[in-house]
Amino acid sequence: MIDTALFYVFALMTLGGGILCITRRNAVHAAIWLIASLMGVAGLFLLQRAEFLFAVQIVLYIGGIMVLFLFVIMLINLDTAAAERQYSGQWKLALGAVVLAGGEIAWVMARGLPGLGAAAAVQDGGEGGSDGNVERLADLLFSEYLLPFEIVSILLLAAIVGSVFLARRRTS
Amino acid sequence: MNAFLDQWLTPVLMMVAVLLVFPLLAGYIVLVERKVLADMQVRLGPMRVGPHGLMQPLADALKLMLKEDIVPAGADRFIFWAAPITSTFTALTAFTVIPFSQGLRITDVNIGLLVISAMASIGILGLVLGGWASNSHYSLLGSLRSAAQLVSYEVALALAILNGVMAAGSLSMVRIVEAQREQGVWFAFANYGFMLVAFYVFLIAGTAESNRLPFDLPEAESELVAGFHTEYSGFRWALFMLAEYGNLFVLSSMGVTLFWGGWLRPFPGVAWLDVPLNYGVPVLLFAGTGAWCFPLAGRLKYGAHRVSLRIVGGVLGAVGALLLHPGVNEAVRGPFWFFAKVAVLIYLMIWFRGTWPRFRYDQLMDIGWKRLIPLGLVCLLVNAVLGLVGR
Repeated sequence: MIDTALFYVFALMTLGGGILCITRRNAVHAAIWLIASLMGVAGLFLLQRAEFLFAVQIVLYIGGIMVLFLFVIMLINLDTAAAERQYSGQWKLALGAVVLAGGEIAWVMARGLPGLGAAAAVQDGGEGGSDGNVERLADLLFSEYLLPFEIVSILLLAAIVGSVFLARRRTS
Repeated sequence: MNAFLDQWLTPVLMMVAVLLVFPLLAGYIVLVERKVLADMQVRLGPMRVGPHGLMQPLADALKLMLKEDIVPAGADRFIFWAAPITSTFTALTAFTVIPFSQGLRITDVNIGLLVISAMASIGILGLVLGGWASNSHYSLLGSLRSAAQLVSYEVALALAILNGVMAAGSLSMVRIVEAQREQGVWFAFANYGFMLVAFYVFLIAGTAESNRLPFDLPEAESELVAGFHTEYSGFRWALFMLAEYGNLFVLSSMGVTLFWGGWLRPFPGVAWLDVPLNYGVPVLLFAGTGAWCFPLAGRLKYGAHRVSLRIVGGVLGAVGALLLHPGVNEAVRGPFWFFAKVAVLIYLMIWFRGTWPRFRYDQLMDIGWKRLIPLGLVCLLVNAVLGLVGR
């Protein structure tokens, strides 16, 4: 009962925050609504007993990325940014993307995914008490999903090296 | 009935207690800070309100609540209103997972440490947005500095925390302390003493995270008036201060839990030290402080101050005598050690403030990115290897 109520609260936060984020003219307000949306997602993770994802979502997205977003927004000239036209007029493209993504989600929801079993395994561990959610997640990441995990790490490393390279070239 | 007690009543009572007690505690931390700084500069500090300024926090709180509340012209009213609330709310929420002793805690979750980090990272938003919403250049500069500083030092802090988590094998605050009891050593001295390096990184990054000297660039009064809270006054300013001291306390608790054995006494593995430490230290501390009040009282100027300081001394002495009772001692030794250790860490941070000059901005970034993060990474690696060897 309380879970259902909380689900709708968090869902409203996520969707409402997302909509307000793209409709506010003031960039800082938009960022705040994006934060609300991300917090809603964190709440949904918590409802699914994915405590680790909940905490990491907040630490990384809100504490790291959104603070940097705000940092950049405050540095740029907001008056000129507010005077710009808000939408770039790519309605058709956006609509196509929405239909595609919506269709994909509907298809997955109707069919179910075989990979969802792994998520269930993590959850079962979380309920046991002695063997927590974090440990199960780590076990899966470093055994069954080691290769994808390492590939993502290398991808991120490449992104870091690339950004450092770009920043250096511009200054010297 | 017992399940109801465990699940609802104790946590709720603890929450109410924290909400009621912490503002007072914060006021007294401020008083201690002023007194210690005054002592370091050979001054007296607050002396008028109560004997040796003991009632000063109450007077300050009353003053702050009665002050005029000013919202600057052109401020973003909603964010200006929400920013101090965010800061205070997150600082107080972090208290939910701090174990004051084995039984005295609000709750224990298996991601306790991450909850504190998460709350700290939402708390940053209060600072950043509050400064932006003030519509003032000083505030905005303070905000920008704090955003850059907090994001930089968060990495080093996380690396230092990971050392403790690795040694304990858990993110739960209670289980981290339990692990130290089982291994019979505070984690600061584990791994052949190498964990001290992790504690060192934690201490520096933690001081930077709580915006205190020598890392208080966001509120550097010589250049930015008061940084992000320049435009805040009265109660809203008080909320920012409450959040700052809340963060200081939470950070010290985190350090104590991770590295100094939480509610465990010093040398938890040495059995014969049980009686001398658990009875000797608290009794001597309370009774000694109480006894010291009497000669101090004789030198005070006002009669009322002399009388009240003697009463304070008498109460402290009585508490010391009460601690000799085995039952009482058993019950309060956990919280005693915890709060004593937190007090030592807070004193250390006040000491930093009293002795070191503020860093320049580029030095601050240098220390964070070029020294602390590499040091933290090396420390993590070495401690991982040493931990495996020791096991």
